[in-house]
Amino acid sequence: MATTVIPFGPQHPVLPEPVHLTLKVEDEIVKEAIPALGYVHRGLEKLADIRDYHQMIQVCERVCGICSMIHAVCYSQAIEELMGVEVPKRAQVLRVIWSELHRTHSHLLWLGLFADAFGFESLFMQFWKIRERIMDINEATTGSRVIVSVNVIGGVRADLSPEQIRWILSEVDIVEKEVRALQDTIMNDYTVKARTVGVGVLSKENAYLLGAAGPTLRGSGVAQDMRMLGYGGYSEIDFEPVVETSGDCWARSTVRFRETLQSMDLVRQAIAKLPEGELAAKVKGNPPEGEVYTRVEQPRGECVYYIKGNGTKHLDRLRIRTPTFANIPPLLAMLPGCELADVPVIVLSIDPCISCTER
Amino acid sequence: MLFTPTVIKNLLKKPATRLYPFTVREPFPNYRGELYIDIDGCIFCGTCSRKCPSQCIEVDKNEGTWTCNPHACVYCGICRDSCPTKCLHMKDVHRKPMTERIMMVEKGEPPKPKKKAAAAEAPKAADKKAEPAKADDKKAEPATADKAKKK
Repeated sequence: MATTVIPFGPQHPVLPEPVHLTLKVEDEIVKEAIPALGYVHRGLEKLADIRDYHQMIQVCERVCGICSMIHAVCYSQAIEELMGVEVPKRAQVLRVIWSELHRTHSHLLWLGLFADAFGFESLFMQFWKIRERIMDINEATTGSRVIVSVNVIGGVRADLSPEQIRWILSEVDIVEKEVRALQDTIMNDYTVKARTVGVGVLSKENAYLLGAAGPTLRGSGVAQDMRMLGYGGYSEIDFEPVVETSGDCWARSTVRFRETLQSMDLVRQAIAKLPEGELAAKVKGNPPEGEVYTRVEQPRGECVYYIKGNGTKHLDRLRIRTPTFANIPPLLAMLPGCELADVPVIVLSIDPCISCTER
Repeated sequence: MLFTPTVIKNLLKKPATRLYPFTVREPFPNYRGELYIDIDGCIFCGTCSRKCPSQCIEVDKNEGTWTCNPHACVYCGICRDSCPTKCLHMKDVHRKPMTERIMMVEKGEPPKPKKKAAAAEAPKAADKKAEPAKADDKKAEPATADKAKKK
């Protein structure tokens, strides 16, 4: 059988961001996939040379729009660890609330895009309609829908008033109810299952060996979630990772669906445990010489920040490893053997965030 | 078939979206929209310019000008929070789209230097100001690239 080479991307209707895959196909079956990245590299890590360590929070938030809060939390935690700053309890729990709201809206966005990838447009609109409530919460409590900019080194710079808390709780209940109404469609619908069950299977061993992260890893049956480390406010919250075992696109979408519901629960738990107190600790001086390595759980998986301070207000080195970067080798392992028509669904099933990956 | 109840509900309900240009949603009071300055309250200390992550603000103490490039601004609100006289404000609506680039230049009354130090300090301050102003121009470019991030 002759091999045909089909380029997939960088511009493709299913891809929100540019990534290129060279697909070698025989008949309709993909035999090999070779990735090409670098279309949206912005050199954000290098900005650490000219922006001081406070200003870098806003730069880190822009690594990824969808999980901006969690990038900022990871960066702030790294600087706080390096400088030995004690973050007030209230700020830690507030960070959890906004992080979980971000996870919810990211997963709802992805569930919509995923439905769109297999041509279920009305489901896509349904998920995005629900997501709008979370965006409203973000806008009302922080001042912006996506790039919330509430983190500062040592805490947060926005607070939740009792009325806002009551409103968030009622909105969260509505979101949960509306998401649950779509549970049967995304998990049990005949058409959806035909496109997702048994497609792009990643075995548990392969997922672990290739270093998959987040829902891609948990969809293959490995119960690994950075929130189990109990960083920040997560130490006070009961948390158990969501795991599915079949390793296909259905498992990955189910993990994200269940995590959306779990995040709603985590927001409620965090609000119930919200202590009174300061919002931010005073930070004086510059980060001392030293290296710190922090990791947090993003909607797409484990995100790692490495920073190196040199005693001045500028950092020596800032290195960001984002979850999509870790999920590209597993993606290349999923593709061989699948049909060409399933490639968009499989590529989307790792929730690719290319701007994150290239920073 | 499992989606049918949702379809029927949606058929009977009003649309979830608004007819946008005709119906505009009430803005949230804390929204970080268009930045503006109450120049009469400004003491030209330059705090906003130093703290700004996208380095889009320039303050000239001698001339008494406050300049902001609204296209480079990322609307984080850090300048507003750090302003010692609270003369920076943000509207609760975003800036309307523009067809050409603008610079916001506000001219105010610079604070009068204290009598004794006036003669000695004036030339020094002028030297100090000149350097960061040049550096700001260079740094404004990468910041615009950050803003281009979508998603």
